[in-house]
Amino acid sequence: MSALAVEGLDVDLGGRPVLRGVRLSVDAGELVGLLGPNGAGKTTLLRCVLGLLRAKAGTIAVGGTARVGYVPQRHEFTWDFPISVEQAVLSGRTGRIGLLRRPGVADWRAVGEALERVRLADLGRRPVGELSGGQRQRVLVARALALRPEVLLLDEPYAGLDMPTQELLGDLFATLARERAVLMATHDLAAAVHHCDRLVLLNRTVIAAGAPDQLRDRRVWMDTFEVGGRSHLFTALGLHPEPASAGEPETVGA
Amino acid sequence: MSPADFVADLFNPDLAFLGKALLIAVMSATVCGVVGCYVVLRGMAFIGDAVAHAVFPGLAVAFVVSGNLVLGGTVAGVVTAVLVAVFAQNRRLKEDSVIGVFFVAAFALGIVVISRAPGYAGSLQQFLFGSITGIPDEDVYVVGGTGLVILLAILLLHKEFVAVSLDRESARAMGLRVFWLDLALYVLVTLAVVISVRTIGNVLVLALLVTPAAAARLLTDRLAVMMVLAPAIGGLGALVGLYISWSWDFPVGGTIVLVLTGAFLAAWLAAPRHGLLARHVL
Repeated sequence: MSALAVEGLDVDLGGRPVLRGVRLSVDAGELVGLLGPNGAGKTTLLRCVLGLLRAKAGTIAVGGTARVGYVPQRHEFTWDFPISVEQAVLSGRTGRIGLLRRPGVADWRAVGEALERVRLADLGRRPVGELSGGQRQRVLVARALALRPEVLLLDEPYAGLDMPTQELLGDLFATLARERAVLMATHDLAAAVHHCDRLVLLNRTVIAAGAPDQLRDRRVWMDTFEVGGRSHLFTALGLHPEPASAGEPETVGA
Repeated sequence: MSPADFVADLFNPDLAFLGKALLIAVMSATVCGVVGCYVVLRGMAFIGDAVAHAVFPGLAVAFVVSGNLVLGGTVAGVVTAVLVAVFAQNRRLKEDSVIGVFFVAAFALGIVVISRAPGYAGSLQQFLFGSITGIPDEDVYVVGGTGLVILLAILLLHKEFVAVSLDRESARAMGLRVFWLDLALYVLVTLAVVISVRTIGNVLVLALLVTPAAAARLLTDRLAVMMVLAPAIGGLGALVGLYISWSWDFPVGGTIVLVLTGAFLAAWLAAPRHGLLARHVL
């Protein structure tokens, strides 16, 4: 059984269809990239898995201990809050610690492990407001890991980060995926192709899914991102753009 | 007037109201300092202002029917807070618009209600700007007891409030009841406002919530320190403000607020690392 299995998922938002018949699965040990344009329903899908949205139809099954860790986009977090890195990570266990209880040894141990995992252990006492973008992203990952989740959901983890930082994070995600299922929604095609074991191309429904080197057909990318055959998207993917066809007039130097 | 004279007046049986006023002012400012930390960190100053104004119709009704002011104010504030929380769930309206609608409506209702009461102008001024005379003995216990309940609730819900303040969506994802926690916080803000209104007045009570916590935020990057500093600044400001107001016969609410504003400016100038002096002079 997959760590995360979505079957026949239909979701409406405000009466409009956003997702239709979505089917995907993520196994433990897999880093899966969820790709699609703005409005394709990536975040909606993640929110459904988290139980924040109710689906109109379909099933979402989370295996094992059913623990899902969520790493939201960086701007969702209040970075000017006067709180240290380790307290921010501890806040990820609030729901698990439970109402009217205080964090115990096991909670702090989980925080220590999570910080170790994202290599922030020596910044534990630093106020979160003083961190760089990449460090902030790692704090959010650690906060999700503090729950020891079997499924990890990442929403746009690369947004606004420079290349070296993206590289480091990509390696981190690949390492994390060895022990759990990781589903990552991203706009960064090059990084996704480089780091992910499998890609799911989403635009209201799953257009195609498979290992990056199985998705060489330009058609599925064109359908997903609603671009023409000569989009620079294909440069990013390392696919040759379509040669100019006779029907398409040359605009430069014609 | 020297501080020694002030202390002598406090224990003068003919001036018993002064001691009561001091107790209430310091207790309510201390509690407001703690609650105010969430108000400042979550950018809820507008909600604080709204609740402060919204308790007004409750006070007015209680006054007109000679009922319990604390109870009346609490009911009105909580009803408004619930209305705001419920209407803010509609994604088409930003929360501040909802607040803008309800708090002015509540205040307007209060004005209409109190205009029916005899001695309209005098009682209105007392509500709006606070007063230290005419406080019944039982109010000291009501304020003290309510303050303790507020602090206890914060002690119990602190980690949930922090998680929701950091990131609402993740808080929801980990199973926290965000709506109820927001409502609980609104109710706590309301209670803190209600117990403060008597001495400082309806218009100025926002300063007790926001100013000490804002000053404390300037002084530290640690939430635990902030939540000790803010009530200390608030309580001390209330004490100094009442002393000055008594010595020079200034209005008490305004004086306390000006003292707190002075503390805020001092923090802004002299804060370690981030203050104006630390950045530009040292």
